[in-house]
Amino acid sequence: MKNESRKQWLSYLATADENYLISLWDNLNMKIEYNWLREPEIGSVMVQGKAGVTGDNFNVGEVTITRCSLSLDKKIQGHGYVQGRNKYKSKIAALCDALMQTEKKEIIKRNIIDKLIKYKNNKRNEILSKTEATKVDFFTLVRGEDK
Amino acid sequence: MYVSVKGGEKAINNAHSWLSEIRRGDVNIAELNIKQISEQLTLSVDRVMSEGSLYDKDLSALAIKQSRGDLIEAIFLMRAYRTTLPRIGSSKPIETSKMLCLRRISATFKDIPGKQKLGPTFDYTHRLLDFKLLADGEYEKAKIEKYDDKEIPHVLSFLNKEGLIQKEIPSGRTSKDITRNPINFPLTRSERLQSLSRGDEGFLLGLAYSTQRGYARNHAFVGELRTGYVEVQFEIPELGIEINIADVMFTECESVNQFKGSKKIPAQFTRGYGLVFGQLERKAISMALVDRSMRWREFGEEYLGVAAQDEEFVISHCDNIQATGFLEHIKLPHYVDFQAELDLVRKIREEYKKNEQRT
Repeated sequence: MKNESRKQWLSYLATADENYLISLWDNLNMKIEYNWLREPEIGSVMVQGKAGVTGDNFNVGEVTITRCSLSLDKKIQGHGYVQGRNKYKSKIAALCDALMQTEKKEIIKRNIIDKLIKYKNNKRNEILSKTEATKVDFFTLVRGEDK
Repeated sequence: MYVSVKGGEKAINNAHSWLSEIRRGDVNIAELNIKQISEQLTLSVDRVMSEGSLYDKDLSALAIKQSRGDLIEAIFLMRAYRTTLPRIGSSKPIETSKMLCLRRISATFKDIPGKQKLGPTFDYTHRLLDFKLLADGEYEKAKIEKYDDKEIPHVLSFLNKEGLIQKEIPSGRTSKDITRNPINFPLTRSERLQSLSRGDEGFLLGLAYSTQRGYARNHAFVGELRTGYVEVQFEIPELGIEINIADVMFTECESVNQFKGSKKIPAQFTRGYGLVFGQLERKAISMALVDRSMRWREFGEEYLGVAAQDEEFVISHCDNIQATGFLEHIKLPHYVDFQAELDLVRKIREEYKKNEQRT
């Protein structure tokens, strides 16, 4: 489904390491014409938790977010909602979002989105394998009287 | 009579110049950069994000540098910056059962699905100064092991299944964002949890400790403690698509406390909850204990008149920026107020003298 894949690429763009995303984009050396619908702006999103995991929602605190929107032509719009305060990251995200809806889709997918997925998976694997190494193994001893 | 009503401008400017110089310290020593702080003083950075109520590592590191390492001053800077940010919206409630855990332990059950995983902890260290760190560069590398990438269920959900612990069911009550609305007592639990999550670690630690020592009887176990990254989901307003907009580190603590029961319901454990930004487990545990002690009314317990049960006392005093604002303002010029007090004391003394002469 289209929304599912858009949800996926927007998510990887939003949470990308900003330096990594910027280097991937800059390496592509693409010159794209666009118009701003909303220039990059820094704001926040309130993060909600649930009391006791399953109870009422409550506000935990905010996270910084930068967003912008642009259009390539009248039909195609890109939205760049990203974590942090980097306006360039937000613009790259919006451009990628827009280009993923054009014939340049494959270039962006191969050179950016797939690499962001790989980067994030590697990070995840690193954490999981380090956490696993700190797993506690309990030993059971046979007591004398049980012989 | 002339009274000085202005002045000190030069003194203030010069004081700030000196502040700038002393912040830099000895110029023969390399200057700290923000990345060094955010990578190597991570737990200070976490505390400033948690109590500053804004998750942004670079800003937190900047605040720590600017404040010369005074964390409350740094939290103040974060809070001040936070108020300038337009609020884009509110996230979906996070799913901590999907946390990418660095650490996950239970003090109540030994063998649990997902196992006990210690993560990068100070626990079991000997608390001896490590003089190797005085020398440069040496560190041990983390070990790695093969793993199963399975969701780690919450420990208390097992007690839930047997009905041995009180269930956490949404009340349906609406709660206000305490950063946007003045608070009115009594508060909802959600409003209390929001206050506690941004509250002062030291204050919460002291209160939690007081409950352990007997000032609000609710003997607590750490049912579960977990630290790790959670995906924050947010709906993009233009698209109506929910995306993972941020990855945020949290520490969550679920406490298991002594029972409650009645003629209708057999005895059950009760629970408290702590959830904070970053790897701040002392604070998460403190929060869970204080949350629990403030739930006395909900569980039909006796009010013992102790601090940790009194939500008005706890919530009104747990915010270190409110506290320090009011406390520190008394060092600023109060010449006129004090002049009035002085006049009053003189007048009272004069009247006293007159009365004495009369008798």
